[in-house]
Amino acid sequence: MRILLALLVALWAPAAGAQTLQDLLQQEPEAISDPSRRTVGEVLDRLVDSGLPEVPVFLERWQGKEVWQRKSDGLFFYAEEDGDGHVLYDISTGEEAGRTGPRELSELKPNAGVRGVIGSALIEFQLSDPDPARRQAALDAIAKDPAPEQAAPLRASLEGEEDPDLMARKERLLALLSARFDEDPAARVAAIEALGADISVEARAVLNQILASRPAVAATLPEDANVARLLVPGSADLPREAAYVMLVEAGLAPPRVTETEIRDALVASIADGMVGETPVATLGTDAARHAAYDAIAPARGLPPRVTEAEVDAAISTHVFWQGYAEPDATVTAAAQRALGTAETRVALWQGADLLLDAVSLASIYFLAAIGLAITFGVMGVINMAHGEFIMMGAYTGYVVQTLVPDYTLSLLLALPLAFAVTFAAGVAMERLVIHHLAHRPLETLLATFGISIALQQVAKNVFGTQARPLTSPAWLDGAWVINDVAGIAYIRIAIFVLALLFLGLLLFILKRTRLGLEVRAVTQNPGMAASLGINPDRIGMLTFGLGSGIAGIAGVAIGLYAKVTSEMGADYIVQSFMTVVVGGVGNVWGTLAGAGLIGGFQKGVEWLNPSNTLAAQTFMILFIIAFIQVRPRGIVAMKGRAAGA
Amino acid sequence: MTTAPSSTLRPRFVIAGNSSVLWALLVLALVTVGATVLAEAGMISTSFVKTLGKTLCLCLAAIAMDVVWGYCGILSLGHMAFFGIGGYAIGQWLMTARTTDIVTQNLAGQPLPPTPREIEQAVASQIFGVVGADDFPWIWAFSHSLALQLLMVVLVPGVLAGLFGWLAFRSRVTGVYLSILTQGMTLALSLWLFQNDSGLRGNNGLSGLQNIPGLDQWGQDRISLLFLWASAGALGAGYVLFAWLTSGRRGSAIRAIRDDEARLRFLGHGVEGLKLLVFTLTAVVTAIAGALYYPQAGIINPGEVAPLASIYLAVWVAIGGRGRLYGAALGAALVSLLSSWFTGGGAPDIPLGFYTIQWTDWWTVLLGLTFVAVTLWAPKGLGGLFDLVPSRKPRQGDWGPDDGAWRREEGQP
Amino acid sequence: MTALLHVDSISVSFDGFRAINDLSLTVEPTGLRAIIGPNGAGKTTFMDIVTGKTRPDSGRVLWGEKAQDLVGLSESRIARLGLGRKFQRPTVFEAQTVAENLDLALRNPRQPLRVLFARRTADDRARALAIAEEIGLLPHLHRRAGELSHGQKQWLEIGMLLAQDPRLLLVDEPAAGMTVPEREHTTDLLRRAAETRAVVVVEHDMEFVRRLDCRVTVLHEGRVLAEGSLDHVTSNPDVIDVYLGR
Repeated sequence: MRILLALLVALWAPAAGAQTLQDLLQQEPEAISDPSRRTVGEVLDRLVDSGLPEVPVFLERWQGKEVWQRKSDGLFFYAEEDGDGHVLYDISTGEEAGRTGPRELSELKPNAGVRGVIGSALIEFQLSDPDPARRQAALDAIAKDPAPEQAAPLRASLEGEEDPDLMARKERLLALLSARFDEDPAARVAAIEALGADISVEARAVLNQILASRPAVAATLPEDANVARLLVPGSADLPREAAYVMLVEAGLAPPRVTETEIRDALVASIADGMVGETPVATLGTDAARHAAYDAIAPARGLPPRVTEAEVDAAISTHVFWQGYAEPDATVTAAAQRALGTAETRVALWQGADLLLDAVSLASIYFLAAIGLAITFGVMGVINMAHGEFIMMGAYTGYVVQTLVPDYTLSLLLALPLAFAVTFAAGVAMERLVIHHLAHRPLETLLATFGISIALQQVAKNVFGTQARPLTSPAWLDGAWVINDVAGIAYIRIAIFVLALLFLGLLLFILKRTRLGLEVRAVTQNPGMAASLGINPDRIGMLTFGLGSGIAGIAGVAIGLYAKVTSEMGADYIVQSFMTVVVGGVGNVWGTLAGAGLIGGFQKGVEWLNPSNTLAAQTFMILFIIAFIQVRPRGIVAMKGRAAGA
Repeated sequence: MTTAPSSTLRPRFVIAGNSSVLWALLVLALVTVGATVLAEAGMISTSFVKTLGKTLCLCLAAIAMDVVWGYCGILSLGHMAFFGIGGYAIGQWLMTARTTDIVTQNLAGQPLPPTPREIEQAVASQIFGVVGADDFPWIWAFSHSLALQLLMVVLVPGVLAGLFGWLAFRSRVTGVYLSILTQGMTLALSLWLFQNDSGLRGNNGLSGLQNIPGLDQWGQDRISLLFLWASAGALGAGYVLFAWLTSGRRGSAIRAIRDDEARLRFLGHGVEGLKLLVFTLTAVVTAIAGALYYPQAGIINPGEVAPLASIYLAVWVAIGGRGRLYGAALGAALVSLLSSWFTGGGAPDIPLGFYTIQWTDWWTVLLGLTFVAVTLWAPKGLGGLFDLVPSRKPRQGDWGPDDGAWRREEGQP
Repeated sequence: MTALLHVDSISVSFDGFRAINDLSLTVEPTGLRAIIGPNGAGKTTFMDIVTGKTRPDSGRVLWGEKAQDLVGLSESRIARLGLGRKFQRPTVFEAQTVAENLDLALRNPRQPLRVLFARRTADDRARALAIAEEIGLLPHLHRRAGELSHGQKQWLEIGMLLAQDPRLLLVDEPAAGMTVPEREHTTDLLRRAAETRAVVVVEHDMEFVRRLDCRVTVLHEGRVLAEGSLDHVTSNPDVIDVYLGR
């Protein structure tokens, strides 16, 4: 075609030198105004070969249905609506070229097929466009819908590409196109093998496309079939029923008469309460119906029922296999190997991604649970309202954000404020309730539950049941993407850092300060601590405040990536309890280990069964119950006689 | 031996030995007969009769909870899981049988008599259409038989509680640790039920349970009375059973577990086994209560076995008064009736000028704070009021869980 | 005479601290025995191991004529074999009456199911009353144990041990916090009990031990330091060193 066109162009050559785009188009205006997929190629080649600089823009607008034709003289314009009429712009210069009244223009509406062809032609321009963004867009278009004819322009555009990233991407796309469409099998195999080192989704998609296969059946295996694997009828791969359906579809066996067809046939044959020789009333079982059908079938020309034995016979005399669409076995074998290599690497990266997810989940659990663990360790008290403190922290963040519009500033304000609010709430609760229930942990558990439901309902009454957003600052948006497989959102990294910060802070408080010394003394032996002049009341109060304050911080952190609702605390409380139970009591490291174990386990189960996070949680709780069998006192347990008391 | 009182440790029949049992049975009989008379006279509505019947079931669950917590000292935050299992077990039969009736009627109009397979398929697609399935899952294997499902009402919670209890008690998990584990158990169950592939219709739950197959000609007014009587009978029987369980040496041993299980162990008692017996028995009774409750409620869904429900059960028992069966029953009845009155919009709003307190919004807050107040200032709960009756001599063993359980060890894991 | 209890080179350590260090000890079927030693000598841990509360890292605890190893058995199993233990702090069921406390301890089948269907027989009653009389709590049968005085609680606990009818009684500091007449009563109780069974008293009050007038074992740092009559061990220079040397 190209040669033919070259000829054509040569014919027009004398005039071509002085031609404008308009002139070019006017040579065959119908091809522009009413193109078909078949004819548009010629026009396009002519436009491209003209070398006019305005051609790419024209093609783009043509494709985008932005070119108009004046009815009076058939000239083409770009146009803009203006009142009833249009303002016209010259297609070469882009300058304003007069106005029209209503109904004097007709819009060019090339159909989808034509637009596709125009698009391919455009790609050639776009691949060498000076604007890198447009080159990028062209490459994306190729990646989305690869076709054999894109290889040539892509290869041509390599020369002159200056952007190294785009260069790499062009080379990769070329490799992908080559792997799929190259006519030389050796070149294809080479390209495919190179893809083994590539874990991008694109590369794997290409390999999978090459390996596309479908089930097939025949009396004997054809010589030229490229067999992926043989299928055994009756196995999980190919159930017996499905195998027979394949035979029927291939015209190799008669269709089975379904129970519905039998019923319909019988119903159609009812006469005077009888079907043939059988009374209708007796047809209440499958066996009776079959017998009645068999009796009437020959006379009425109905197909005979296919017996189970016949089905088995038909299946056993045929071969079932999964066959590649790609006929060349060397290509599919290479693709199979390349996919194997790629998948091993993908699995490794998935492992890394899973680890990141687990660490991020663990940091959330750690933040949510550490306050609980501290109060439990020091006071032997489970605070059921801990989840509501998390919620209070989150709502504090929300309120701050409504008052301070700058997200970064409001976040920086919200963290200490949430700590202060929940610290105060915790101290108030300790003074008013828990203090009076000293040494009665079960009662404390229930009293704090009372507070929990009251707080939850108050939040519902004040803020409504609707979820409130807590927007993170822009610099926390987005994600750190390592490759197509592994990546992590910045917000989760921030939470991880926050968790680390609090781990460090707590360790510092517990190991390096007077308060920490006293807290540890009370944890290990309250009676002895009291006799040494440590005021357990004060320690209890401060610990409780500290634990609650951290819950507030956790609330802000959780609110940043999940919605703030009055029930959000309840979503985290049981997990927090489990973290404490698994981790062991009164030890920061224990809680860390517990959070790590639970986060890791939950992510692991989700990975095994990704569709079902509910199942993951069920399994996690069962796992914890089992875990307690092995280590009843958690990972980091207090030992010695004190532990047995 | 001169000064030994003659009644010391002499075995006596349960009912005679505990006047509260007689009183409780009397009150129960009065309520049941009274409600029946009033209902027949048309003075109370069918829905109120159902509420009464349901309340009696909750009372039964509450006294079971009282035995396991108030007497045996195990604060189970998972007993409503067994209640729900009972409901699901009976619901499976109700739904299957009811749908089979309807399907059979529908298919009767067909030209051919339906085959058993056709009926089963139609029933399955009716029941499981909402979760996109049209086959009976394995868990419905016995749903065609009332007798087998009734067996499941007892067997499933029994086995589950037995297994859970054996694992937990064997590893000597006590106190708040144990409470949290029981909470984990019920959470696991409710999460599992929420899934569509659990085979129990996911979050749709089972519905239409108020229609009792075979009793179509009865009408809901008579059915509600039937269930009221059944619930009252179960509560009465449960009360006597638990009064027996908490009397004599066995009761003494059970309370001893609550107060100091290590000591009891050194006396040679098999504490773990005894706890397991109490835990499993109360679980089974709770399941029976659930099996009677849900046909009156008409619908059950996984939300019913969420951890919150079990904590509310503990709240009722605490408000009513732990360590006495009538206290638990009283608490459950009062709080659940009040709760439905307040949340049902029965209570008048309180205008404060600047703000109107609507009880539908604020009842939970009131309940929570009341509960805190009861825990703080009235640990004996409503049942403690009976101790104020002057003619009554101090209750035997009345150091209840409030004082008797004064143990620092409890807080240790 | 064969030994009732033979503790065979047991050791146990908590977090690296060796509470019991290769301890061996033999207890005869009848008679009193006192174990003394300073704080931290491993007295209570020794009792914990024998009664099944703590499992030793190594060693055996052999019981009775058949030399059954007690290590690994549950506390209740060991108690049912005939081993009774009294704690340092009086631990009785304070919410229950004296009669109920004694009844719980009576030597009856104590497996869970047997307890569930147990009936209190006239014989049980008689035994409980007899013990109540012996410990001097007959007038208080119907009082709650929580209302008793400290000494009465101690006696009640000893009574509960007697009700168990054990072959070996392990008693931890029975005289702690008692008045002088109460001590005498306690001494009598223990001596009388020792006529038919073995009684091991753990004590660090020398005066009380002297009153018991029995064979004495001195523990120090988890091992036996000396054994013999009180006069014999108190003249032992090692013992003097341990008790007075620091």
